Amino acid sequence: MKKLFSFLLVISLCSWGAVSFAQDAAMIEAAKKEGKVIWYTSLALPSSTMIANLFMNKYKGIEVEVHRTGSQRVLQRVMQEVSAGIKNVDIIHTSDGGHFVLLRKKGLLTKYLPKGLESFPSGFKDKEGYYFGMRATLSVIAYNPKVVTEKEAPKSWKELLDPKWRGKMVTAHPSYSGIIATHVQAIVNLYGWDYFKELSRNKLHLVQSANDPAGVVASGERPVGANGAEYFYYKTMKQGNPLRIVYPKEGIPLVVSPVAIARDAPHPNAAKLFTDFIFTKESLQAMADLEGLYTGHPDVTYPKDKPKLKELNLLNVEAEQLEEKNAEIKKRFVEFFGA
Amino acid sequence: MEAVGRLRVGSWRGIRTLDRTLPVWIGASLFLIFLMLLPLGWILVASFRGEEGWSVGGYVQVFTEKAFLRAIWNTLIISFWVGVIAVVIGSLLGWLVTRTDLPLKRTIRALVMASFVTPPFLGAFAWTLLAGPNAGLLNKIYRSLTGSEEALFNIFSMEGLIFVMALYSFPYVFSMIANVCELISSDLEDAANILGASMWRVALTVTLPLAAPALLGGFILAFLHSLSLFGAPAILGLPASVHTITTQIWALFQYPPRLDLAAAFSVPLLLATMLLIALQKKILGRRGYSTVGGKGGERRLLHLGIFRIPAFVLVLALLSLSVFLPYWILLKAALAKAWAQPLTWDNFTLENFKFAFFQYGDTQAAILNTFKLGILTATVGTVVAALIAYITNRQLLWGARYLTFFALAPLVVPGIVLAVGLFLAYARPPFVLYGTIWILFIAYLTKEMPIGFSQAETTFKSIHPELEDASRILGANRLVVLRDVTAPLARAGLIATWCFIFIGVIRELSASILLFTPKSKVVSVVIFDLKEEGQIGVIAVLGILLLLVSFLVILAVQWAARGEILATRE
Repeated sequence: MKKLFSFLLVISLCSWGAVSFAQDAAMIEAAKKEGKVIWYTSLALPSSTMIANLFMNKYKGIEVEVHRTGSQRVLQRVMQEVSAGIKNVDIIHTSDGGHFVLLRKKGLLTKYLPKGLESFPSGFKDKEGYYFGMRATLSVIAYNPKVVTEKEAPKSWKELLDPKWRGKMVTAHPSYSGIIATHVQAIVNLYGWDYFKELSRNKLHLVQSANDPAGVVASGERPVGANGAEYFYYKTMKQGNPLRIVYPKEGIPLVVSPVAIARDAPHPNAAKLFTDFIFTKESLQAMADLEGLYTGHPDVTYPKDKPKLKELNLLNVEAEQLEEKNAEIKKRFVEFFGA
Repeated sequence: MEAVGRLRVGSWRGIRTLDRTLPVWIGASLFLIFLMLLPLGWILVASFRGEEGWSVGGYVQVFTEKAFLRAIWNTLIISFWVGVIAVVIGSLLGWLVTRTDLPLKRTIRALVMASFVTPPFLGAFAWTLLAGPNAGLLNKIYRSLTGSEEALFNIFSMEGLIFVMALYSFPYVFSMIANVCELISSDLEDAANILGASMWRVALTVTLPLAAPALLGGFILAFLHSLSLFGAPAILGLPASVHTITTQIWALFQYPPRLDLAAAFSVPLLLATMLLIALQKKILGRRGYSTVGGKGGERRLLHLGIFRIPAFVLVLALLSLSVFLPYWILLKAALAKAWAQPLTWDNFTLENFKFAFFQYGDTQAAILNTFKLGILTATVGTVVAALIAYITNRQLLWGARYLTFFALAPLVVPGIVLAVGLFLAYARPPFVLYGTIWILFIAYLTKEMPIGFSQAETTFKSIHPELEDASRILGANRLVVLRDVTAPLARAGLIATWCFIFIGVIRELSASILLFTPKSKVVSVVIFDLKEEGQIGVIAVLGILLLLVSFLVILAVQWAARGEILATRE
């Protein structure tokens, strides 16, 4: 009896595996017929092209078109195309959780649960099942050790308000970057808008992407980054550039960047296949290796010289709040910083 | 009764036999009018269209809100100074090249042409590498030479923006002044000389006043040019919190888009441009100085004497700001791993070229789109411009001179305003061109029409109708004449028209930035995208590609034109 039971179990497991395997094969076949998947992404160009290439090597015959720009520009593109009735995008990825609340509310997303998501922490999953966090980015302070000594370097967000940093800092822009929009809201939740009003007195150099401050700090154009994507700082540092990262004790804005399939995706099967691929350990590990990006996958390992997420005091911002405050964040930032 | 009937039939037949080509002329004219009126009409409509129904709310907001007013003010200040500096540099160079014995004048003309061809956004980008306050190479050299802590020059500032825009606006003044100086005869100068005036006094009291209308015209041209620029202000102004009208219009397209405000904000830019063009026409059209305009009289060169070499050095120094330094830094950035470090073997890489041409799919598609659009627009543009110029020149239709107005009308429409109009017109059903390269094609065709038209017009002016009349008497219709007689004679001129349009298209940014979609990207837009992400090496590679293609095209024109001269001599 016991034997029979385990035999049945094996049979059923096998057939279940066969069924899902057959489903996979059908999906791959359909995806290959579509031949293409179009990805609007805010993931830095080197990383996004790398993932696309990994996918194209694995699934020959399906081309990934990567269109990289800032989070807010991705949303702008998507919305402009929707209003013009253009169906071009398959997969949307930005760093502003609020975008996905908005897109879901407007019914512009496809509900799809990528494989293997069960083991991800809840912060990476939309309760309603439309979008899932591909990566977690931190917004941190950075400085150029050739210009600023470790002792002098700012240790906290508050220290950036010191007039001694006037004309020495760079900031990315919330009208472009979802990471920075989240950063601004997180700091506002902590210190209120007065913080940015005071910060703007220090005459910051304005760049657009959250990745751009890394280059500005490394070249010494401005020795201190008042914010910016931690992974890009880390990558720039690892390339041998003079750069140090500071993880402020007051709390570090955590930005979970979701991926979702568009409602009108012209290549729905390829989109599902690519979304599945994005959340595999293979792709997430490659991202972690290339630039130390944090992910939700429990088995992915990170470079030894990076702090563990658990050890950091993280500042979470609710996606709903981001959606609600989107316009206000941009407006007030422009008001204070002038552009 | 019968007579009347016969007359009718006769006149009807007359029209048929005389002018079977009429539909072509009317079609070309209507096409042109449609091209111009649709986007502008949409802007006007949208500017009065608030969230709920008609309102002037957009205008009220644009003219009362501080941020908008500041953008208008910045634009005026910047354009004014760009105009002034461009006139100083442009007229100095124009005069030196045409009226003095400066050495290597052909080379200098070629270098001015190079500044003209360089897209301002590319120049602005190169200058961020040269004169960023801390990492900029020139500032680094300055610091190491003087031991100073301060930067010599901060390019991310209003002054920096004015400086760079002037560098790429002065060729407009140059060509204007050079043309006028070539027409001013030396008679008046001789008279002053005989009466005992010194060389410099003659220059100041005779030559300068004669050139005054051209100077003012040149100022307005440079002013207009900087008014319509988008890339340079976005690259140099925004990091220093300086918004201009164009960058503000662009920002209004961000989500949630405020198209009503963008349209309302386009109208003052449109009006200002119209006003200035009218003013310029008035100044230049007056021709109160009878000496300017005729080809009579003798023109002699002024001997600079001991100033010859210093003047030459000064000219080279000026041109190094617009050509040598930016090109050198672009080349360096394209070939270096770290652009701010010396270009040694360890720092040398071809990675940027590999990434730009082989790894990043966007650039390949964009390069293809750019050249497709360049060739297509140049070809269609030349044909339309030639037809229109032919109509106006030979007075083929009633009201032909109003066509001139329509062909030149886009001059008063800055690229970004045109883009707002086209977006409004073609980004919603039933006409959805947005998302394809066709909307860009229409934008480029419209934008390049004035250049194409004036070029074609000059060409036809120089071809006497006698030859055409001869073949028409022999029975050919107008189109056949145009194809078999006029076009071959106008060959060089039309090739030049084609090339001007082509170069204009491949460097276009201010309209493309609002009209592209990921499917229809062009190189200038990719450069701008990469700039926002800080991918310096790849931008340099693409910039060099644009410059190389432009120079090749110019060489091709010169080659074609030279062939033409030889042919006529034979």
